[in-house]
Amino acid sequence: MTALLTVEGLTKAYPGVLANDRVSFEVAPGEVHALLGENGAGKSTLVKMIYGLVTPDAGKMRLNGAAFAPPEPRAARASGVAMVFQHFSLFAALSVAENVALGMEDPPPMGKLAARIREVSETYGLPLAPDRLVGDLSAGERQRVEIVRCLLQDPKLLIMDEPTSVLTPQEVEILFATLRKLAAEGTAILYISHKLEEIRALCDRATILRLGKVVASCNPRERSAAELAEMMVGTKLTPPSRTETQPGEVMLKVEGLSLPSSNPFGTSLKDVTFSVRAGEVLGIGGVAGNGQDELLAALSGEAPSAGGAVSLHGTPIGRLGPLERRRIAVLAAPEERLGHAAAPDMSLTENAMLTAAEREGLAVNGFLKWPAARAFAEKVIEAFDVRTPGPGNAARALSGGNLQKFVIGREVLQRPEVLVVNQPTWGVDAAAAAAIRQALLDLAAGGTAVVVISQDLDELMEIADRFAALNEGRLSTPRPTRGLSIEEIGLMMGGAHDMEVAHVAE
Amino acid sequence: MDLSAINPVILIASLMAAATPILLAATGELVVEKSGVLNLGVEGMMITGAICGFAAAVETGSPALGFVAAALGGAALSLIFGFLTQVLMSNQVATGLALTLFGLGLSALIGQGYVGIKPPGTAALNLGPLSDIPVIGRILFSHDLMVYLSLALVAGVWAGLRYTRAGLVLRAVGENHDAAHALGYKVVRLRLAAIAFGGAMAGLGGAYLSLVRVPQWTEGMTAGAGWIALAIVVFASWKAPRVLLGAYLFGGVAVLQLNLQAAGLAVPVEVLSMSPYLVTILVLVIMSADRSRAAINAPASLGRRFHASS
Amino acid sequence: MIRLERRPAPSRAWTVATPLLAVALTMVAGGLLFAALGKDPVAAIRTIFWDPLFNDQFAAYSRPQLLVKAGPLILIAIGLSLGFRANIWNIGAEGQYIIGAICGAGVGLAFYPSESWLVFPLMVIAGGLGGWAWAMIPAILKTRFQTNEILVSLLLVYVAEQILASMSLGLMRNPEGGGFPGSRNFQQYPAASNPELIAGTGMHWGVVAAFVAVIGAYVLLNRHMLGFHIRLTGQSPRAARFAGVRPTRLVLFCLGASGALAGLAGLFEVSGPAGQISIDFNQGYGFTAIIVAFLGRLHPVGILLAGLLMALTYIGGELAQFMLGLPAAAIQLFQGMLLFFLLGVDVLSNFRIRLGRREAA
Repeated sequence: MTALLTVEGLTKAYPGVLANDRVSFEVAPGEVHALLGENGAGKSTLVKMIYGLVTPDAGKMRLNGAAFAPPEPRAARASGVAMVFQHFSLFAALSVAENVALGMEDPPPMGKLAARIREVSETYGLPLAPDRLVGDLSAGERQRVEIVRCLLQDPKLLIMDEPTSVLTPQEVEILFATLRKLAAEGTAILYISHKLEEIRALCDRATILRLGKVVASCNPRERSAAELAEMMVGTKLTPPSRTETQPGEVMLKVEGLSLPSSNPFGTSLKDVTFSVRAGEVLGIGGVAGNGQDELLAALSGEAPSAGGAVSLHGTPIGRLGPLERRRIAVLAAPEERLGHAAAPDMSLTENAMLTAAEREGLAVNGFLKWPAARAFAEKVIEAFDVRTPGPGNAARALSGGNLQKFVIGREVLQRPEVLVVNQPTWGVDAAAAAAIRQALLDLAAGGTAVVVISQDLDELMEIADRFAALNEGRLSTPRPTRGLSIEEIGLMMGGAHDMEVAHVAE
Repeated sequence: MDLSAINPVILIASLMAAATPILLAATGELVVEKSGVLNLGVEGMMITGAICGFAAAVETGSPALGFVAAALGGAALSLIFGFLTQVLMSNQVATGLALTLFGLGLSALIGQGYVGIKPPGTAALNLGPLSDIPVIGRILFSHDLMVYLSLALVAGVWAGLRYTRAGLVLRAVGENHDAAHALGYKVVRLRLAAIAFGGAMAGLGGAYLSLVRVPQWTEGMTAGAGWIALAIVVFASWKAPRVLLGAYLFGGVAVLQLNLQAAGLAVPVEVLSMSPYLVTILVLVIMSADRSRAAINAPASLGRRFHASS
Repeated sequence: MIRLERRPAPSRAWTVATPLLAVALTMVAGGLLFAALGKDPVAAIRTIFWDPLFNDQFAAYSRPQLLVKAGPLILIAIGLSLGFRANIWNIGAEGQYIIGAICGAGVGLAFYPSESWLVFPLMVIAGGLGGWAWAMIPAILKTRFQTNEILVSLLLVYVAEQILASMSLGLMRNPEGGGFPGSRNFQQYPAASNPELIAGTGMHWGVVAAFVAVIGAYVLLNRHMLGFHIRLTGQSPRAARFAGVRPTRLVLFCLGASGALAGLAGLFEVSGPAGQISIDFNQGYGFTAIIVAFLGRLHPVGILLAGLLMALTYIGGELAQFMLGLPAAAIQLFQGMLLFFLLGVDVLSNFRIRLGRREAA
């Protein structure tokens, strides 16, 4: 069979990094081809070049045997290449139909387009109402908009960038059924992921990238997940070790917490109840946009609540702001590293001051002790192996993994009684992720109550003692992690919502 | 005091004329803000348009050429803002303020030789028998071309944003510039076009002041009209028909206070003169107090910097 | 093609160099402008930047004027810079300046002809409070109703101007002034006047206040938690909230402080150099101070230097008007140009300019 897409020696350099170094591979029609690699391995840059968003420095591409060098996404779309983005390509304040129209070259009039959207979405089991505002949709539904937008153009090559990170396990099954159906119809699919089991279940071939280079190519079904992981990371990874401890007394208790979101398109928390004991890790799963940010804000003190809804050792703390909560050792690390957990343009010393002023005594009567802040920043850098020339460097100059180690380390070293983290290893390389998970486990072993909010189920299974899931702002009843099946977890996360398996199965 | 001197028919007719400069400028700014750019330099572009239009009309004897020159002048000035904010990525708030300060200086410099001159008149459109209809004829069919043109422009902007492909792309860029870029739309180019359109509209509004409303040239003659136009965009929740409503409401207050001054109302002149500004503030407060609505209607990328880093 | 590449961290060297580059570019562009107006560009630039300080004929008069003009500019710009750093945009300093002057003058006039030493301090307090109160209007509307402070503070300038007109024509008009608009002259009322402290320097209490404000702002921004929170809020508001900053309090503080300083500037001006409340008492210091704040890169020391430079363009501009017949508007334009160039070259601090192939944008 002749290749649909041939990539030969594609190279792209950014200041200080060689994002892609002579990358070559082929995709055949009807093939589901995985691009596997860690965060920062160069997968995104590679597909952006195929989609015409980035121009390669060197190398060639061929599509259907003809030279292919799209100067812009429009040209790529005209050649039959479509892409479903991980984020960044929908418009919250516009309707589904308008969003779809924006991704098409020659959209039919709105009335006709709405009918087409209904038709295609039904065929592939991805129901959508064309006149709804995208901002009001769930993360899974938003992805359907993206997929339908691509399907309406009868693509020959469909690129999917980490599509399952916003889906429940049941929704993933439906997506896979859709993709298999598409592949059977002859559409080639380039599937980007770092989730090994998914790739083994879905893909016919895998090209593995590490630090911008192709390091291996294989049939993932013939390899074990461990083998794939080793090819992807380059070394053997040891799973975090944990010591069995008996949980102590209840530290943090949340009871009937309801809180409207501050964001017009956000999710309000509804009657959230849970408690965490000393030495315990509570994992909170759920698909993006189901109230994770709001829950973190309620626990960190950024969004104060009615007094009794949140309590520490039985004392209500709901009304306390972030500063007062730090005083009583309730600490937090939000998801967004740049701009929330840390100020991008400020130095690490200043970012140490950001949350540690209170507990580390970095300020006296409001006057700042910069040498002490610097010393604390250095302590974090040292203890958490943060790779940076020094504490004077700006936060945005650090790689994702290093900044995340700094952010987590900054809180861990302040000896919290309760630590709440959201997406602690999102977009972080495997080695840094392992270090962060180990740090959280060690903290719990020392008697801290840890709440880990994450969309990475594997992570939660690895480190959490108990598991609960957020779904549309409601939290399921926490259950012990051990013995929990993937189906049970999926149902806790809201199951398949309203997707219809029947249609796809036809 | 003699309130009977105030004729409601003439009042309504003249409020349309009084509102026209602000209506033009606000409609232009609406398009700019819909594309995700906050240009606070409306006042500077208006006054530049006022003098460009005035000078061109005096030199050529043609008010029509004056309006064309005003639109070009406003657009040219706005492109300085466009270049700085879109290409050099400067802060939009600061650059907009700079545009206003610069425009005030530039207009004063150009206008030195034009103080005390009368511009060629802009005649009311001859609409034949329509103008003779009692009441309605005086209110609706007694104006000059620019009044009708401004209404047509509002309607055009409304329909363009709502029903055309270009309007959809413009709204998309204002909503999420990263997504629009990812789909391959030219964010910077589109925004420059919107900024130039906003500049041309502000220029036209300024020229309407200097050529029709006042009509003469004095330094700083816009007296905050550009800022009020900005406020009206907020009042209108970024919707074209409500820009019309807001501008006419403001025109009504302006005309009424002038009439009350003329009628000798027992209120200090200064209080009447400040009333349009106070009313604008009041309206802003009422509109922004409704938090959820204000947040949903404002373009989500408004005022944010865009740098295509892929 | 030229393309911009984001620096991993802002360049410190360019942060200092950009204002100097902007001044140089403005001189070139200004020279071209003056040449276009038919003036000798070199002579014009020399008259503006050199003669006020070093020309034997004019320096004796001009040099003290430098501090007289720079004082209010620096005082107002320091206040504005605090808010600007936190993305709180008070652009109505002109209004707060007017109201501060009216309140301060009102207290002075109320005590006329008392010779108590308390009169002037009371006027200072009233001036600061007046400016503070005027700035509290946009502050409270913003914190209570999320109303845009840019528009409200600016619109209030026009309201303040009407109040000023009303005061100088009515309530505060000098009863012995023969019916002319304008209040009593404070220079002839020692207990309420703000005299030149050291003869021949232009130094008055307002200049002292400006220097104190520079030092205070420096300490606040670099050594105090409140200043840290101001900087943090400007750079990333979400991180600030996470750090425990209460946005409401910060808005009240920044607008209040800038209003109070603008009010003080107004009071020192009305009781000193201007001498009286009159219809055209305000000279646009409140707007020029915006340029000063940016030109000084929102840094206290930078603002001090920028205030002196801007004062020089005022004095030199007057001199050029008098000597070369350069229109006053040309100087206003010159100042506007300076701000444009500054904002334009600012890109160099955060981006590298690369020549080479262009990305598909």
